[in-house]
Order: sequence, then structure tokens, then C-alpha cells
Amino acid sequence: MFTRWDVIALLLILGLLVFFSEASRHLLQPLAELRLKPVSLDPANLPEYAARTTLRMLIAMALSLLFTFTYATLAAKSRRAERLLVPLLDILQSVPILGFISITVVFFMALAPGRVLGAEFAAIFAIFTSQAWNMAFSFYQSLRTVPTELVEASQNFRLSPWMRFWRVDVPFATPQLIWNMMLSMSGSWFFVVASEAISVGNTTITLPGVGSYIALAIEHKDLVAVGYAILTMLIVILIYDQVIFRPLVAWADRFRFEQEPGGIPPQSWVLTVLRRSRLVDRLTAPLASVWRHVLLARWSKRAAPVMREPPKQHGWITFQWAIIVTALAAVALWQVGRFVIEDITPSDIATALLLGLATLTRIVVLIAVASVIWVPIGVWVGTRPHVANIVQPVAQFLAAFPANLLFPIAVSLIVMFKLNPDIWLSPLMILGTQWYILFNVVAGAMAIPAELRSAGANFRVRGWLWWRRIAIPAVLPYYVTGAITASGGSWNASIVAEVASWGNDRLVAQGLGAYIAEQTDAGDFHRIVLGIAVMSLFVVLINRTFWRPLYLYAERKFRLD
Amino acid sequence: MDTALLDIHALRQTFPRADGGELLVLDGIDLQLTRGQIVGLLGRTGSGKSTLLRSIAGLMPPAGGSITYLGQPVVAPAPGIAMVFQSFALFPWLTVLENVQLGLEALGLPEAEIRKRALAGIDLIGLDGYESAYPRELSGGMRQRVGFARALVVHPNILLMDEPFSALDVLTAETLRTDFLELWGDGKLPIKGVVLVTHNIEEAVLMCDRILLFASNPGRIIREIAVELKQPRNRLDPPFRDLVEKIYVAMTSRTPTPPRIGTTTPGPAATSIDTILPRVSANLLSGLLEALAAEPFNGKADLPVLADELHMEGDDLFPVSDALQMMHLVEVEGGDIRLTDVGKQFVEADTDDRKRIFQRQLLSTVPLAAHIRRVLQERSHHGAPKSRFFDELEDHMSTEDAEETLRSVTAWARYAEAFAYDDDTQTFSLENPT
Repeated sequence: MFTRWDVIALLLILGLLVFFSEASRHLLQPLAELRLKPVSLDPANLPEYAARTTLRMLIAMALSLLFTFTYATLAAKSRRAERLLVPLLDILQSVPILGFISITVVFFMALAPGRVLGAEFAAIFAIFTSQAWNMAFSFYQSLRTVPTELVEASQNFRLSPWMRFWRVDVPFATPQLIWNMMLSMSGSWFFVVASEAISVGNTTITLPGVGSYIALAIEHKDLVAVGYAILTMLIVILIYDQVIFRPLVAWADRFRFEQEPGGIPPQSWVLTVLRRSRLVDRLTAPLASVWRHVLLARWSKRAAPVMREPPKQHGWITFQWAIIVTALAAVALWQVGRFVIEDITPSDIATALLLGLATLTRIVVLIAVASVIWVPIGVWVGTRPHVANIVQPVAQFLAAFPANLLFPIAVSLIVMFKLNPDIWLSPLMILGTQWYILFNVVAGAMAIPAELRSAGANFRVRGWLWWRRIAIPAVLPYYVTGAITASGGSWNASIVAEVASWGNDRLVAQGLGAYIAEQTDAGDFHRIVLGIAVMSLFVVLINRTFWRPLYLYAERKFRLD
Repeated sequence: MDTALLDIHALRQTFPRADGGELLVLDGIDLQLTRGQIVGLLGRTGSGKSTLLRSIAGLMPPAGGSITYLGQPVVAPAPGIAMVFQSFALFPWLTVLENVQLGLEALGLPEAEIRKRALAGIDLIGLDGYESAYPRELSGGMRQRVGFARALVVHPNILLMDEPFSALDVLTAETLRTDFLELWGDGKLPIKGVVLVTHNIEEAVLMCDRILLFASNPGRIIREIAVELKQPRNRLDPPFRDLVEKIYVAMTSRTPTPPRIGTTTPGPAATSIDTILPRVSANLLSGLLEALAAEPFNGKADLPVLADELHMEGDDLFPVSDALQMMHLVEVEGGDIRLTDVGKQFVEADTDDRKRIFQRQLLSTVPLAAHIRRVLQERSHHGAPKSRFFDELEDHMSTEDAEETLRSVTAWARYAEAFAYDDDTQTFSLENPT
């Protein structure tokens, strides 16, 4: 008979069904529909907007997973593909996606002319680009580090490539992948706000959603509406954390590779409900059986091939491959070159580079300031476990919180006190990204072995000596990881943070971000591309010459094992 | 009954070297496995015995020669050859039952058959009641039982075992060995032959019908020993002890640092700049010298007895005795180890004198140490990057060996105060911090 678990489970599933049908009802309507029923600030609409926004994010997440499983697998399994795909991913990670939205929207509108679907595609694509790269990277790295003995065991028992992928590779990569999915989901809120109200030149397309609601609220200087939007987001984040990520994390605990029993395993009430319900059990049994058959299907008779080290490179094939890659690169170069040269003068390039330096200065100063503030706090919190347990989820929420929601408040303050936007708009860039520094430092401080701390206390190492000899070295590798994320995110954020508006008040700071944003408003594709290219260049250069060496150094010198 | 299950002829295996060349790790291996036999591969770390096992498993296609299993060449994992791993290699996300079923699923058997055989295997190996447990919930011994069950349920003709007991504590290992031998003796195991890799001499004598002794650089078989004792064997039996002693003698009577191809000069003089140095700390070296000088040995000991006394297995003891012999601090012959006069001086000296003696021996007998010191002296600022020596070594050995060798020589030189090394800047220098 029905247990109470069944009832709860049924409610959860029905709720999900309703949510999907509600949210996808409008997809096939013509664009004109959007104009007939414009986004309104009535808070009664917010549940629907929230549902639509969340659906977009979930679809983008599904696409990101698909991308991860194919792209990263190809990169990890084929050496030839790896040589091209990994650097490509590294660059893609550094490209400021916000600048791209205007370009992609034109493309996707052309795919489904006159329908809402095209705009939806563009928005989903923008969200996808904010989620996919780090997931793919994490999956690629996991695939590269599957322990040799597991690989050998799977070869010894002659698993087919298909079976090996699902039985060995994916499970091994799962915990890391889920962690990255959570980061991606948090990060993509930032883009939701920017991608639902897309304006290119004179056309503005507004898709109903939380993002466009916020954009409208800013336009109308409606602080109350901004408050409603923040509340809605809070609720949405709470819901998907409880319904999706907590259960996933609790479920994925079994995929941890460490063999020793760790601390308390993560819990999730939703997962408990689903596991205990007999109804769910009966409903999913056929699915599980189908999955089992798919898993066991012998797509090919042969077992996964054994690579001999080194696989002898066939000179001819390598040569052909080199030719193809070179040809592709040449075509791309020609395309870009023609595109840029058509309209761009050397002085344009010089302007973009100079503006890039301005933004760089801001980011360096901001990261330094944020470090001075958050490293001591992070260490203080991390060395007190009961405080850390409270602070960590809060910091994670703050990281998920799209900082652009706070812009209106900042802008009105700047206007009110007549401050210099070149200086006072800057903090907005790091508003959303500084939390990465905080929670990485907290994690690092928590990882300091109790013995080391006791030894420090025993020798009465205190004050500045304690910081210099114990705390800072121990958290440095973690800090660098956080700072890399924070600085990358700040570049991206500069596109929305260097130009901020509140109703008719519009503040502009001198910088590359503002340059890209203004060219987007003007619909000048050549200069958008120029701005993006220069920004990518800055990010890649700084990563290669500063962050990566620093990380390697910290890793080598201060690793605690 | 005499048909060979496995026939290996003139097998060669190579690893790629950093400079693009190849490093020979196995050479001229001949081996036949007949039905009903357990063959042991015994040798020191780095003698290529695990490489041979992986070649048989089809995880490394031969670089030369042939491996024939039931008339078919082995170039990829063959059905009917299953492996038990040193570190268990269980999938932590699968339960005991799912782990055991994995090999059967890959065979594409019907589900009912998979379940039947998996449960039978679990029953046979004594894992009843643990079916739904995850590996992390089990002790090491139980985990290895899962490893055995997983290999046995596919009904392999040949079972390969890669030091299956070496990650377990002494007592658990012994129980598992006894259980295995009992099932094997009673004919309850669905296997026809076993290849066991081990570095534990007693384990080899306890379990195997034939033992192949390996020497390193390149890995090759130097001796074959038939074990004709009846099962179950008793470790305290005089014939058992004799055989153990005989293998100790065989494993130490060779040159301590085996010659490379081309150089056949026997004895410690064979060491050169590119000799792979064993990874042994200076503490362990002086510790062994002291133990050897003290009661009950008084400067001379039987290797197996010394190993027992120090609770070391042969594999742990050999690198230490090798290093000491290289530096002329001990002599090893016929399974015996004896302090030399220099060795005696060392034991009797105080800390500073010990360092002086050690430095003299190090620089006169370890060419790499002398070489590094000479280079440092010749340079005006008395410093040289690590990479300078690393690249030199890499031309003659694998990257890992080069790394290990440099680490060993650094550790010894630090104790001897022969030269210093700064890990931050990765440079050697003659200066010591003052």
C-alpha cells in the first residue's frame, strides 16, 4: 500500500511535471506575443517568471552535461584531439561571454525566425556558455586521473568501451563533476540577468523571466520590485539546492574514490524520500531495467583497446592532421583578419589595449583589497569548525547571488554623493566574485591538520609569526585557486559593472568592459569582436604568466601530504 | 595433462625513454605454465616481474618474442586470463555483488546466469552476508577476497596474482594464503594454473610449485627452482628453511648492482655514474650496520635470520645491503652479510667521525656523488642546477629511476655533508647553511 513516503514522492513528481509544462507552454508562440504581453512588475507574475528562468538554466545544464560527456571524453581519449581541444577549452574559459550575447542572438534568431524559440535559444546558449567550460575541464581531468589499477581491472575483465565509460569513467568523475555543476549553476545567475533582456542596436527582445523583471525594475527605479526579485531568487536557489543538488551530493557520496570511511556522509531528505518510497521504486524499476540493458549492450564486440606506450605515431596521419589544423587556423585567421581590418584602425586597437590596462589596474587593486580583507577572515573562520559550518553555506549562497542585483543601490548612492564613477563603480566588479577567495581560504584553513595547529600552540607560535609560518603557507594553494576564479570572473563582470544605470542615470567608467558594453549598445560588431579579443588576450596572458606559475609554486612547496 | 596453458618465448618488453629511445625492461623471457601448477615470479622491485604479469594479462603487447595462450598469441586481454591486484582494484561505487558481477556482465551472459555464478563465487570465497556492502566498509582482507571472487567467477584458465597479499597485515595474509591453498588443493577453484608475483621469499616457497628468480636491468630470469615439498607446507620444516636459505644465497650471489648490457665485470666495481641507486635513507644504513655489529650477530649474520630479527622482508633488506656493499661497508656472500673493517670503524666512531667515514666511502665508491661534487668544485660559484645531472641520468634510465637515484644520492650527500641541495631553486651547491 501507499506509505507516507509515496505520497511525498508523488507530490514531488507531479510538481515537477506541472513546472515543466507551465514553463514551456509559450515556446512556440510568435515573437509578437512578447510585445502583446510585456513583462510587468506585478509580483504575482514572479512565480511564472522564476519557473521560466529556472527551466532555461536547467536546459542549459543538460546541454552542458552533453557537451561535457562528448567534448571532454574526446579530449581525454584521443591524443591527437587532446592537443587541440584542451587549449581551445582553456581559451573559451577566458573569453568574456557577456560580450558575445549580442552576436549569438542574431544567429539564433535566424534559426527560428519570428518565433520566441530563437530568442530562447540565444538566452539558453548564453547560460550554457557560462556553465559548460569548467564542467568539461573537471571531467577531462578526472578521466585523465582514473587510477591505473581500475583501468587495468576493466581491461582485464574486457569491458567494452561503452561499459567502461559508464561503469568506470563517469562514476569516478561524478563527485568532482557535481561540485562543478553547483558552481556553474551559481555562476550562471549572473548571466540570466544579462541574457533575458537582450538588446542589439535598436532591437530589444525581452523574454519573460526573473532577469528581465530585474532589468525592468532598474529601468523604472523600482526598489521594491528589486526586493521582490531578490526574494524570488533566494527561494529558487533554496528549492533547487534542496531538490536537486543536495540529493545529488548525497547520492554521489558512493563514488568517492577514497577507500577509507570519511566523516559524516552528506544527507538529503529528498533522496531519503525517493529511496524509501515503494511507488518510486516501482515506477523506476522499468527505467532501471532499460538502463541496465543499454549499459550491457554490446555496441561493439571488441573490448576497449589497450594502448601501448608510446603509441607509435604514424608519420603520415600526424602530418595530415597537422595540415588540417593549420588549414583551419589559417581560414580562421583570414576570417578574423578580414572582419577586423574592414573597419578597424590601429588607433582602435591602441584604444582597446589602453582601456584593457585600465580595467587590469582595477582588477589588480580589487583582488589585493579583497585578499587583505578575506584571507584573515577566512583563516579565522576555517580554524573554528563550528563557525565554518555556519559561514560556508552563506558564502556559497552569496557567490550564487547575482551581484548585478545590487548595482541599482550602488548607482543611486554614487549619484547621490556625486562620486567619481571611475573609482566607485569598480567594487561592483568584484562583488560577486570575492566569495571564491573567502570559501577557498576557509576550506584551506579547515584542512590544516590538527597536529600542526597543536604543534604551533605547543611552541607558543603566535601573532605575526603564526600567520607567516603556519597560516599563510597552509592556505596559499587554496587562496590561489580562489583568486584565479575571482579575477577571471571580475573581467567578465567588468562588462556589466563598468556601465551601470538606474533609471535615467547612467554611469560609465573608463575601461575595456565599458567599451564592449557601449559597442554592444551601438551594434558595432567589429568593435565588439575587437574588445572581446583584447580582453581574452589579457586574461590568457595573466593566467599564463602570473597565476599558473604561482599555483604550481604553491602546490609544490606547501602541499600538506 | 601436460599441455602447456601458456607458452612464453624470448619475450622482450621496453618502456619509452625521455629522449625518445627505449629502455629494455624484460629480455629473453622463456616460461611455460602447465596445468595444475602455481608458478612464482620472485625478484626485487624493478626486476620486471610485474611487467611480465601485465604482458600475460594482455595489458602490454610484447615488444619482441611471443606469448601464446592455448595456441593463440596474446596481444590484448584474453578471455580466460583473470587477475588479482595488489591494491585490490575494486570499484568503490559498486557493491561487493556488483564488483563480482562486473566480469560476467562484460562476457554478455544472461542475467540469471550472472547472478547464479556471482553468488556461487561469493559463497566459495567466504563472502556470504557481505553482498550489499561497499568496498570501503570492508577490511583489507575482505576486500582482497572480493578481488579473488571477481577473478574466479569468470572461470579463468589462468589466474594471475600481482603480490595479492602484500598490502595486508601478516595475520590476514596468512589466513588468505591458507584458504586459497586449501581450495586449490581440493580442486574447488575453476582455474587450471596460477602465476604469482611476489617479493616475499617465504610466500613463494609456501605456495609455488616452481619459482623463477628474476634479476634486474634488464629484467631476466636467472634461475628456476622446483619446490617439491608436499602441501600443506610448514614454515618451520628444515627442508623448507633450507630452500629459503638457498634462494637467499641465489639472490645475493649475483653482483649487487647488476651489470648493464655490455659491461660484464662482476663485483661492486661495476658501479658507474648511471647505476640506479637504491632508495635507502642514511639512517637505515647506519641502523643496519649497528644491528649487525651488536649481539647476537657480532659483525656477521645469515641474511634470512637478520631479516627475521629486524622484521623485514627480503625486498626491504636487499636495497639496504646493496647500498652498504656498494660503499664497501659490508660484504655479502652466500646468503651471509659481514661488516668490513671500514664498517666496523664506522660503527665505533662518534657522529662527526661517522660523517667523515661516510663521506670518504660515498665519494670513492659512488661515481655519481663524486661526479656531482667535481662539477660543483669546478664551477666558480660552486652551484649547478639539478636538471644538469637529471638530463644526464635520463639518457640511461627511466624518468622515475633518474628521479629516485638523484634523491638517494642527495640524501646520502646531505648526511655526509658532501654537498647541499636547495629544493626551492632546484640547485646543488657546495655551501652549507652556516
